[in-house]
Amino acid sequence: MATAQAQLDTKWWSGGKSPFNVEYGKLMMWYFLMSDAFTFGAFLISYGTIRFSQNYWPDPNHVFNAFPGAGHANLPLAFVSLMTFILIISSVTMVLAVHAGHHMDKKGVIKWMAWTIVGGFAFLACQAWEWTHLITGHHAVLIDGKIQEIGTTVTHNPWGPYVPNLLHNGEPVSTTGPVAFGGYFFGITGFHGFHVFSGVVINIIMLLMTINGVFDRKGHYQMIEKAGLYWHFVDLVWVFVFLCFYLI
Amino acid sequence: MSSESPVHGHEEVISSHVHAGHEVHHHHHHEESFVSKYVFSQDHKMIAKQFLITGMIWAVIGGLFSVLFRLQLGYPEMTFPILEDIFGKWAAGGRISNDFYYSLVTMHGTILVFFVLTAGLSGTFANLLIPLQIGARDMASPMLNMLSYWFFFLASIIMFSSLFLQSGPASGGWTIYPPLSALGQATEGSKLGMDFWLVSMAMFIVSSLLGGLNYISTILNMRTKGMSMTRMPLTIWAIFFTAVLGVLSFPVLLSGAILLLFDRNLGTSFYLSEIVVKGEILPNEGGSPILFQHLFWFLGHPEVYIILLPAMGMVSEVLSVNSRKPIFGYLAMVGSLFAICILAFLVWAHHMFVTGLNPFLGAFFVLLTLLIAVPSAIKVFNWLTTLWRGNLRLTPGMLFSIGFVSLFISGGLTGIFLGNSTLDIHLHDTYFVVAHFHIVMGVASMFGMFAGVYHWFPKMYGRFMNNTLAYIHFWVTLAGAYLIFWPMHYSGLAGMPRRYTDYSNWHSFNMFQDMSRFISSVAMVVFAVQLLFIFNFFYSIFKGRRVTSTNPWGANTLEWTTPVNPGHGNWPGEIPEVHRWAYDYGKDGRDFISQTEPVGADESKH
Repeated sequence: MATAQAQLDTKWWSGGKSPFNVEYGKLMMWYFLMSDAFTFGAFLISYGTIRFSQNYWPDPNHVFNAFPGAGHANLPLAFVSLMTFILIISSVTMVLAVHAGHHMDKKGVIKWMAWTIVGGFAFLACQAWEWTHLITGHHAVLIDGKIQEIGTTVTHNPWGPYVPNLLHNGEPVSTTGPVAFGGYFFGITGFHGFHVFSGVVINIIMLLMTINGVFDRKGHYQMIEKAGLYWHFVDLVWVFVFLCFYLI
Repeated sequence: MSSESPVHGHEEVISSHVHAGHEVHHHHHHEESFVSKYVFSQDHKMIAKQFLITGMIWAVIGGLFSVLFRLQLGYPEMTFPILEDIFGKWAAGGRISNDFYYSLVTMHGTILVFFVLTAGLSGTFANLLIPLQIGARDMASPMLNMLSYWFFFLASIIMFSSLFLQSGPASGGWTIYPPLSALGQATEGSKLGMDFWLVSMAMFIVSSLLGGLNYISTILNMRTKGMSMTRMPLTIWAIFFTAVLGVLSFPVLLSGAILLLFDRNLGTSFYLSEIVVKGEILPNEGGSPILFQHLFWFLGHPEVYIILLPAMGMVSEVLSVNSRKPIFGYLAMVGSLFAICILAFLVWAHHMFVTGLNPFLGAFFVLLTLLIAVPSAIKVFNWLTTLWRGNLRLTPGMLFSIGFVSLFISGGLTGIFLGNSTLDIHLHDTYFVVAHFHIVMGVASMFGMFAGVYHWFPKMYGRFMNNTLAYIHFWVTLAGAYLIFWPMHYSGLAGMPRRYTDYSNWHSFNMFQDMSRFISSVAMVVFAVQLLFIFNFFYSIFKGRRVTSTNPWGANTLEWTTPVNPGHGNWPGEIPEVHRWAYDYGKDGRDFISQTEPVGADESKH
């Protein structure tokens, strides 16, 4: 009996200790991310059902072919590749910050958190440019028998099929495309951007706490790890957003 | 790992390096101000009381709404001038207007489903019972726990404000299907009231998320030494699965609500396509209202189990304690909770059989829906066998638990009718559905909640509730519940649809007018008896019979090893260690053996 009791005490699930050997905050972060994944999942599945119920969907290589300062050069997906690269690099710097935290290396944490924040801001800046370009970049569209110049918004979509043999100022004229394109694009990338923004805010708070020596006093840098989990999740979600809006 | 870690005064039992982030809430020895003790409290017991009392206020409002619309349904030809005095244009001429009627049913559903039976039920008993029954000083994060209540409070304020809008609160039904809910020009209730509803629900989802994350982390991480998962009382298992359901299903409603907000305010077309409203052709195209139904019911169906599971857990506990017998089939109970939790995510489209869902797809949802009957039947069987030849103590909590089992059987059986897609073509949107879900989800869960309140009131306030009033409350409510909802099955089978204010000129159904009047009369009596309960509750807080022993019910679980009025931190000394499961009743000739008692050398196995 005594030996059985001793065995029970060493079991992970027998109470008195965390069965995952983590403190509650990290556990909560994981469950929160699971929950958030369902939010994004619902958005992306909604997008999928609506998109595939349409007769026509714009070609992302055609919609996303601009690059800041490159004029009208046709560079399909070049800019979004840069954005994705920036976000992934910011994940790498976050890993390095967490790594420095494990070694109680305050200077290292400050350096890599700062780079992660820079990466986050850079991504947000890129997104701001891309949105502006889509909304203000007008294209000739044939609406009700008249040629109009419209941009991409949640209610208008200039990316429909081309009208055969019709040119306007030397450019081909298209028909209107499905309005769901703008709705979902701005809705989902906006929701993701909101996550990136809150991640940047969290990272700034973590940076300030590090500079003020809060974690040195606590004796561990676990909060950096939790912020890191969130940041990697935001990065991972982008991979799916990237896949669904730009590649498919 | 430090298996020998000592459990002393202000330490958690968690091993040294994992309890690091935890020192924040060991200040129960500090003097507390009124605000920190009663308002912005981080004590799980106080937060539980806040949830309970807020839920009770909502229950009175939601119940009153049902009395108002029952007045209309029972007496469609009569006028009540006092209604016009109170509600003005909403009851012009003393008759409840159509818009007002729809607002009343919408808010009745919203309030009872979310604010009473989700926040009021889970919020109360998860907060009260998790730390007390698993042996923890508080929730994993008392701070987030407090925020969970205050987000609920914020949601409540927003929803309550919507009642006073010029255009009235939301009126598209608690399921807020677009396009009706998306178009302000369609109906008064789809104007600002709908935005308030959506924003309020977003706040509610945040509250539910913060609460749920806390419940899960606390149950997994903070059990006292010896409290393995299979030694937990069934209440905790039920609350655990409830929290998992909430954390995984509410975010999908959030997505659906955000898209609906966009459709309403930004001109997007997620749910809208080719609509003409009052002669106006809308520009929206390409959206799908069915999409919203999928998103809604992906939450909506788990939601009914979010409501029901905590009631099941508490009923299991109360039945066992008051039968003086171990719960029958503990592991089967846990397994069936798990099965219900999984199936809850796989049956949502049975709410959509008549919306144009592919019948081939419908067949799978019929199968999965009917599968839920299996774990449900296991649970019913185990409750009955727990009662069987038990030494029953018919306390108010026990009576309500037995009432729960009765209602769960009655309402569950009609679920088998409705789960069949072919029968559903006839029964969909009739009073049969109203009767089914009110009995199995509404009244049954209310019974579970009442059982919990009566049973744990001594732990919450150190006093008993008045038994005589409780018995009146029980018998009138049980009889009333059947008298109200049983007849609805008949009108429902005859095809009488919901959501109409007046059937008197409808020859197919005006034969049910007398029955409808009878239902309305009973509803008013039952509502009055709930006020009696509320009186009993508040009277007993101050004047109830005092609890003199720490364990008045002779129960095994850990909450009865705390002082009669436990302070913040629950146990004045060390947290007790657990040596056995929670159901050693009537074992080896002993009435009960507390979980804290070590297993004796010559004890029999169970």
